[in-house]
Amino acid sequence: MLRFALRRLLAMVPMVLVVVSLTWGLIRLAPGSFYTSERRLPPAIERNLREKYGLDRPWYVQYGRMLANTVRGDFGSSLKYPGETVNQILADAVPVSAMLGLLSYLLALVVGVTAGTLAARRQNTAVDHASMAVALVGLSMPNFVLGPTLVLWLALNWFWLPPARWEGWSVNLVLPVLTLSAVYMAYIARLTRAGMLEVLRSNYIRTARAKGLPERTVLFRHALRGGLLPVVSFSGPAIALLLTGTVVVERIFALPGLGNYFINANLNRDEPLIIGIVAFTSIMVLFFNLLVDLAYGLIDPRVRY
Amino acid sequence: MTTAGRPDTASSSTEPIAGTSLWKDAWRRLRRNRLAVAGLLVVALVVIVSLAGPPIIETATGYTYDYIPADRGLVRAMAPFTAPDGAFSWLHPMGTDVAGRDLLARVLLGGRISMMVGLISTLVSLVIGTAFGATAGYLGGRIDEAMMRVVDVLYSIPYMMLVIVLLALFGSRSPIGQLVLLFIALGSVSWLTMARIVRGQVISLKSQEFVLAARATGLAPATIIARHLVPNALGPVIVYATLTIPSVMLSEAFLSFLGLGVQAPLASWGSLAADGVQNIAVFPWQLIAPGVTMALTLLSLNFVGDGLRDALDPQMRKG
Repeated sequence: MLRFALRRLLAMVPMVLVVVSLTWGLIRLAPGSFYTSERRLPPAIERNLREKYGLDRPWYVQYGRMLANTVRGDFGSSLKYPGETVNQILADAVPVSAMLGLLSYLLALVVGVTAGTLAARRQNTAVDHASMAVALVGLSMPNFVLGPTLVLWLALNWFWLPPARWEGWSVNLVLPVLTLSAVYMAYIARLTRAGMLEVLRSNYIRTARAKGLPERTVLFRHALRGGLLPVVSFSGPAIALLLTGTVVVERIFALPGLGNYFINANLNRDEPLIIGIVAFTSIMVLFFNLLVDLAYGLIDPRVRY
Repeated sequence: MTTAGRPDTASSSTEPIAGTSLWKDAWRRLRRNRLAVAGLLVVALVVIVSLAGPPIIETATGYTYDYIPADRGLVRAMAPFTAPDGAFSWLHPMGTDVAGRDLLARVLLGGRISMMVGLISTLVSLVIGTAFGATAGYLGGRIDEAMMRVVDVLYSIPYMMLVIVLLALFGSRSPIGQLVLLFIALGSVSWLTMARIVRGQVISLKSQEFVLAARATGLAPATIIARHLVPNALGPVIVYATLTIPSVMLSEAFLSFLGLGVQAPLASWGSLAADGVQNIAVFPWQLIAPGVTMALTLLSLNFVGDGLRDALDPQMRKG
């Protein structure tokens, strides 16, 4: 297992480089550059700036430097925010997005698994139908509709919660977390139900019941372990989805997270910042995928590496 | 969903025994699923209304999606079913936006565009995914391994970020150009799962006798893939395509909400919602109208997709 993990960690390096190169290629193929804006700089100043950032060198030198930067984990300084390095911006923005994302996923996991298990236990009853109907609504409700609606009622009409702004660990987090987790709750509930239904029909559950184990033990000790496998394998891609989901939620609730920086970096053509965020995100995605694969082996003893 | 798997014993005993095809069987199963039928009806309704609605509105009231009334007194946001003087009126069933444009006409245009994006991008992903998956599955061996490794690599990159980069940097000056970019971007990232599904189907099909027979008659591999394997693998492909449509529509709405997708004066449900969010405290209907329409459509599409899967998936038939 250790060898498997190490091999996968090593394989991450070329994959991140491929993603970064793809992004770099897209940025360079696109018409215009950071310096084409409404307010043109005098040519002499633009020339000096380009020289300072090494943008006057041939493309292969710049490409090589970008790759070297990525490998070293130091993405240079932002073009848009002079004096700030990309690493500083990442250090500011990542905690915001990470807190938002992880809290949301945790909430989704707890609610989704509970609802899915209940629904599977009482298949084809009112509990099952009701929770699955709610889940499907949650799945179809775009979070940019859900979020503002929650703000409208809970914050602007009833004054229960603050509508927006980032204040670290505070009640301000409630609305963004609810908004972001809704879709994942729904998805996890559906996956759990399907997984549990499959497992509850299997022979080893019949054996457990035949042994006379209490229903609770059968459900939580025996069934949940196998029934959660689909949820576990969903969790890898879900982290990737979560990162894009936060873009919208950060926009709605005015949170200074990675997503907001990413959109602005793209609109400003801030190449080092774009590269930095893409590299960071792909490392996270690959890392979480690896964690999921490792978790698989812990949960399901049949899995071999 | 509960009635989908039950065999129809009452009617089959009196009728003469007739052969039934997979599709007939699936259709009967689908019709039995009340949620799927309701979903199908809602989707059909949304399609018909968004196609037929705008010309009707134009002849009845003179409003089109980008018509801004010249009378400055009318240029203010009006609530649903309200005339400028506050009395009841049929003029704007969904109200107007801040420029005084009829919201119903805009939501219907948004419906056209959202569904067009959903359909075309799904089609793009269908074509790429089927061709890729079928080729990999049929050829097998080294080629299969290499092709699937490509899919694995693409799976693990945050593709939405690449789409954002693509749309933001290549953003076209014309709304139509941006729309085409959107088709390409969304279609080219959503074919991966399709390729895996098709490959799995083809691998299980290719060892069967009818493929051997086809090969014995001297058909080229491309013909065997296109004429014999793909049609037989169609069931799961259709199911997955039906479920891809709402997810692509949702992605399009995200991007338009962020201002990267559909550009003014065109509108999609996402961009309308983005406009609505600006004024949510004062003119809540500007978010509610496109938002609810979209949620309802996506919900119905999901019902149809789920129903189709239950109807076509042989795994479900046992249950």
